[in-house]
Amino acid sequence: MRYLPLTPEDRVEMLGAIGVKSIDDLFIDVPASAQRSGTVDLPPHAGEIEVEREMAGLARRNRAAGEGPFFCGAGAYRHHVPATVDHIIQRSEFLTSYTPYQPEIAQGTLQVLFEFQSQVAALTGMEVANASLYDGSTGAAEAVMMAQRVTRRNKAVMSGGVHPHYVETIETLAHAAGVMTQAMAPAIDAEDAVIAAIDADTACVVVQTPNVFGTVTDVTKIAEAAQAAGALLIVVTTEAVSYGLLKSPGEMGADIAVAEGQSIGNGLNFGGPYVGLFACKEKFVRQMPGRLCGETVDADGRRGFVLTLSTREQHIRRDKATSNICTNSGLCALAFSIHMSLLGETGLRQLAALNHQKALALRDALKAVPGVEILTPRFFNEFAIKLPKDAAEVVETLAGHGVIAGVPFSRLDAGAGLDDVLLVAATETTLDIDITFFAKILTKAVAQ
Amino acid sequence: MRFTKDHEWVIVQGDVATVGITAYAAEQLGDVVFVETPEAGKVVKQGEQLAVVESVKAASDVYAPVSGEVVEGNAELGDAPETVNALPESGGWFAKIKLSNPAEVDALMDRDAYEAFLSTL
Amino acid sequence: MSMNNVGRPTRPETANDAATGHETLTGGRGLLQDEALIFELDGWNKTGVDLPEAAAPSDDLAGLLRSGPIGLPGLSEPEAVRHYVRLSQKNHAIDLALYPLGSCTMKHNPRLNEKMARLPGFSDIHPLQPQSTVQGALQLMDRLAHWLKTLTGMPAVALTPKAGAHGEMCGMLAIRAAHEANGQGHRKTVLAPTSAHGTNPATAAFVGYTVVEIAQTEDGRVDMADLESKLGDHVAAIMVTNPNTCGLFERDVVEIARLTHAAGAYFYCDGANFNAIVGRVRPGDLGVDAMHINLHKTFSTPHGGGGPGAGPVVLSEALAPFAPTPWLVHGHDGFALVEHAGEEGAETAFGRMSAFHGQMGMYVRAYAYMLSHGADGLRQVAEDAVLNANYIKARLKDVMSPAFPDGPCMHEALFDDSWLEGTGVTTLDFAKAMIDEGFHPMTMYFPLVVHGAMLIEPTETESKQELDRFIEALRLLAGAAKTGDTERFKGAPFHAPLRRLDETLAARKPRLRWKPVAAAPLAAE
Repeated sequence: MRYLPLTPEDRVEMLGAIGVKSIDDLFIDVPASAQRSGTVDLPPHAGEIEVEREMAGLARRNRAAGEGPFFCGAGAYRHHVPATVDHIIQRSEFLTSYTPYQPEIAQGTLQVLFEFQSQVAALTGMEVANASLYDGSTGAAEAVMMAQRVTRRNKAVMSGGVHPHYVETIETLAHAAGVMTQAMAPAIDAEDAVIAAIDADTACVVVQTPNVFGTVTDVTKIAEAAQAAGALLIVVTTEAVSYGLLKSPGEMGADIAVAEGQSIGNGLNFGGPYVGLFACKEKFVRQMPGRLCGETVDADGRRGFVLTLSTREQHIRRDKATSNICTNSGLCALAFSIHMSLLGETGLRQLAALNHQKALALRDALKAVPGVEILTPRFFNEFAIKLPKDAAEVVETLAGHGVIAGVPFSRLDAGAGLDDVLLVAATETTLDIDITFFAKILTKAVAQ
Repeated sequence: MRFTKDHEWVIVQGDVATVGITAYAAEQLGDVVFVETPEAGKVVKQGEQLAVVESVKAASDVYAPVSGEVVEGNAELGDAPETVNALPESGGWFAKIKLSNPAEVDALMDRDAYEAFLSTL
Repeated sequence: MSMNNVGRPTRPETANDAATGHETLTGGRGLLQDEALIFELDGWNKTGVDLPEAAAPSDDLAGLLRSGPIGLPGLSEPEAVRHYVRLSQKNHAIDLALYPLGSCTMKHNPRLNEKMARLPGFSDIHPLQPQSTVQGALQLMDRLAHWLKTLTGMPAVALTPKAGAHGEMCGMLAIRAAHEANGQGHRKTVLAPTSAHGTNPATAAFVGYTVVEIAQTEDGRVDMADLESKLGDHVAAIMVTNPNTCGLFERDVVEIARLTHAAGAYFYCDGANFNAIVGRVRPGDLGVDAMHINLHKTFSTPHGGGGPGAGPVVLSEALAPFAPTPWLVHGHDGFALVEHAGEEGAETAFGRMSAFHGQMGMYVRAYAYMLSHGADGLRQVAEDAVLNANYIKARLKDVMSPAFPDGPCMHEALFDDSWLEGTGVTTLDFAKAMIDEGFHPMTMYFPLVVHGAMLIEPTETESKQELDRFIEALRLLAGAAKTGDTERFKGAPFHAPLRRLDETLAARKPRLRWKPVAAAPLAAE
């Protein structure tokens, strides 16, 4: 077995040094009823050639986004990731190190985390950011729990523009933690509707911009209303590239900004691993979940970085921790940070503008398709359209023609009565020819 | 000055008790990095959580050694938590509590009893 | 002959004064480069990508656009590569040397797994594209599930949790849902040993349970009398790590399960230490109801400086109906996902752990790892991991003090600090001196039940030569500590990129991001 360095002779010698006869003597504490003499019923070991063959066979049965026209978004976006990113994250020192518990020999990871926190704070327009969470949806759920700790209130109100899977994730955790949730029915352009639901029990309101239908909203008034009532405003964003073009959550008065960071530096990966961005006002820092990296000095007075404010965390606080999180999304945060460094402000603004431009071109092409109606009034790189047929069926039909047309809203929420709604996204990777072909095939599909 | 087995101290002036943690506790905690003191108006019962004190390696609850209403928390500890290490039994006080049951104070340990208690730890 | 005496000297000049030249003029130290923050490299107008020019945004977005600078520096590609390569060289890594962090299972990460995860058929597919176009991905998830179920002897697995602690939450939510469905919602107590990982009580508290600790026996196991006295109609579950955090197998585990079930509670097993028994012992045979498996430990997906992980949870028949969505089923036209609680096939699901289907990138790596090892190789993994830990324990027991000297340990060897008594050297000092010798320290001060704990987990991917090198280093250090060479320890590390860092300062004056207005450099108080 190529990954196991011990030879049979080593094993004999080592058993001798321990003073036992066989390996079974080291498993004597296992109850006899659970001792298995042979191997479990699975195939034996395989060489690289066999493993590659099997894995390639499975991979081939999937239609990769890059193979042709592709318009899915709804919380995960296909962007170009520079080759440098993947090269650096595969360096041994980043890939095969642990959480930086020994800062003297983990300054590489720690400085990256400090830079990442600084980048995320700048992007979101917030005062502080943590060193990442699992993804946007779990980050949103953690934000609701944090609002409960800060306000000592027990109700969360969610707009009809929040991604339905985020709503489900929040509800799952909130109910366990005793937080009541009020989710508004899916609505294309009604983030403001949460204002009417704010009351004296409200810990937070959760809104999304651009929302799941792609609609961009200035949430300043919602922030004012929430804060006037002693509640926090949580602003969710699932497309981090939009920060390059649109008003940041901080500019609009958010108390907590949460985002899915996959768009920058990370591939689609069928939904994970992704990276959750989490930022807030400085006064709430001790109620934040997740790891934080801070600046300090070493014994010789040289600048260095350490994990800090750890007393919030489970390994010290145990049952009083702000969150049970242990592992975060370190390598994905590194990928995010490298890509962000390569883009810089110049590149990010250009990338964002390009995404918006491609989406406008897509809108114009689809608007011309008979029977198709554009639903989203103002958008970044994604919008909703209404079809004269069931959207899921249309998507299947188009897949048969090599076009991955987008995400039917019914896939996110089957009970919303929006079966004819399709979410479509365009990015810098979308070619003009993809758009033309999509419109052509869609015209045929809806006419049939 | 009176003491509890949880290493809080109390000094009474009139009907107001000043409360803090003992020098022994401060040393055991190590470098204090954060203190959350109660706001005026909070009503506490003896033994309830009054404040939180954090060192780099531990977060600990501070319990109210006496019952009453908080009249003042030591706001200075917010900016200078190190005072708890430097002056644990004076400037590093946590809160002033208006006593609702002064008899509770008499039941606490005096300095000799507390020292004797420490020697058993 | 023609004499050519021009050229460089080819021997070190012995006349060099050893006292000079140790401090460099710039602070640089040979291959170890000082590196500023990206914010300090004056890259405010730079970019390392070439993109086509875009038109101005549409009028629809008037009033919604970002005003003013964001404050993000950029780097050209060569600068970016250099920045991150310089930083990387300040990290210890499993690829560099033994990384014996107990309970973390720092084993070799095969690069084949990385290569497989980057096949576009896995890395470039969207979680919500039509299921007919991702049948290979769903099949991989199904096969991974089959391997996990077979290895654990459990009937069901929820794949989606994103890390171990997330898996704990998933398992505890399933337990809570099962109790509520069975009219047992009044059960609000969770029992956990004092030696538990911090995530256990944190998880139990998060899902609304109160944690009561179970005492530990002299030999490092659950105190059965204490457990029995604390079980009752109010107990929802016990959370026990097995092998436990002292690196010992819970001998009475079958009895623990029986008592727990008799009391109407469920048995949550923390599977962080599954590496010690994989392929040899099936948790299902021990009476476990739920157990998370850290794919980033046992199945070698890289730790990546703190994630991403993956924490699938295997479930018993009793808990399986409550597993979260999405849920993989064999449909009419191949594999299908049941994506919403309440739908057919997920009527009693407790909810959803995250937006999509979990950590696919980790599933691919873990599955490639499993295929490579096979049933025989995985059994050998457990045996070699246990053998290596016992070898270390045997060869250090005369100079250090094993916390539980009697009997074998499992995959990690636990020492206390009684052997350091009177030396003036602490566990922390000893660990920092290990850094100077080229090794990553072991886990320190955990589990909390052992004074000055040093928890050493070598894993199965260390050769005997590397183990001997490590053992020899520790023996030399132990000798130095006992012979009064305390300076070596108190100031350590001397040879790391940085000396010991001031964590008090970092916590008292939190500076958590770079700020445009330069603050005065921090100085120790």
